[in-house]
Amino acid sequence: MQVPILKQGPFLIASVQSALSDADLLQLRDTLVEQVGRYRSRGVIVDVTALDVMDSFSSRTLRDITQMIRLRGAETVVVGIQPEVAFAMVQLGLTMEGVPTALDLEEGLAYLNQEIRTKGNETERHGR
Amino acid sequence: MNEIRTHAGMNDPQRASSPAEAPTESTSLLLRELVAHLRHYRTQLRQEWARRITGARLLTAMTDEEIFAEATSVYNNYVEALETGTLEALQAYARNLSERIIPRGVETHEVLGIVLLLRDVLARSLFSKYREYFAKLDRILDAYEPAANRIANTVAVGFVQERERVIMEQQEAIRELSTPVLQVRERLLILPIIGVIDPQRARQLTEQLLKSIRANRARVVVIDITGVAAMDSHVANHLVQTVEASRLLGATVIVSGLSPEIAQTLVNIGVDLSKMTTVGDLQGGIEEAEHLLGYRGAQSRDIAEAEG
Repeated sequence: MQVPILKQGPFLIASVQSALSDADLLQLRDTLVEQVGRYRSRGVIVDVTALDVMDSFSSRTLRDITQMIRLRGAETVVVGIQPEVAFAMVQLGLTMEGVPTALDLEEGLAYLNQEIRTKGNETERHGR
Repeated sequence: MNEIRTHAGMNDPQRASSPAEAPTESTSLLLRELVAHLRHYRTQLRQEWARRITGARLLTAMTDEEIFAEATSVYNNYVEALETGTLEALQAYARNLSERIIPRGVETHEVLGIVLLLRDVLARSLFSKYREYFAKLDRILDAYEPAANRIANTVAVGFVQERERVIMEQQEAIRELSTPVLQVRERLLILPIIGVIDPQRARQLTEQLLKSIRANRARVVVIDITGVAAMDSHVANHLVQTVEASRLLGATVIVSGLSPEIAQTLVNIGVDLSKMTTVGDLQGGIEEAEHLLGYRGAQSRDIAEAEG
């Protein structure tokens, strides 16, 4: 099942609707990395609220997505991990280091907005 | 009508219909005779029973008068159960009795002991009554023993069940009391931990915290462990896991109030604490959290200006 990707201002929102196969995940990765350049997006939100299971492959792919998107000049944030899923993940040792997380879509947008602002300030300072 | 047979028949029709097990008409006659005997001598038998309870040093938490009063009602219920063969009334009574005596510290062996004593006292009295007629004594005991054993069983099970219920309730209460997750400010939760953390409690703390983070939309959590005296590697690792799980929900965790002993233990056992933000005390933890949330405390700004 394909993951719909919505464009919202400077951000892309990938909203996962159901359990994903490994192929779906790879496709999501490829699409996001491609579209972030096409739309000149500043940030990507991956919403996993609907997932009630997160295995090593999906968490590794999410980490890969984050790093690839970073190389393409944007920030990624994963939002909506359920409490039970989070606990199960850390017990399996899947802590998704280096992947910013937020409670839900709203928090994720707030995080990205703040990231953009700080980056902008830094550029301003460097420019001077 | 034979009530015992009716009762057994309700539970297990096949057993009641098999000729070997089915109580004969004479069993019910014998039981009736038995009950009449027990009714007739009840005062003596009760006194004898109460005397033996005191003699065996059972129910030491109760006074002699209380024992006698309780003995009277147990005796009446016992005889009634023998007579009717139904255990419902006795079950209800046993539950009621347990509710009253458990808070006073009566132990399981005492309850079981007094019921078995009553059984012995009654059997002894039957024995002395029918000692001349051995064949009849035999049949009387045949009728008496299964019924008496079932009664003893019912009372003991009732007591133990009541006890377990009380224990479960208390465990539940303790568990709820032990994990207060408090909201101090918008997006800021405090989780004070006091006492010993065992693996089960640690797990429950984590679950409670993660649910609260979601429910209160928390962004920062301060876990205060000032009240924790000791910590082993298992609990420490669990704490690290809690911090990581909270991060996955988008919340930052600050651990405050690590005692010198815990700090030493954690370093000695080599728990990787690099992912945890730790602050000396709860006040520092809250200040740090407010800083992360972007609050500017008037006090700290004054200090900063004075220093700057």
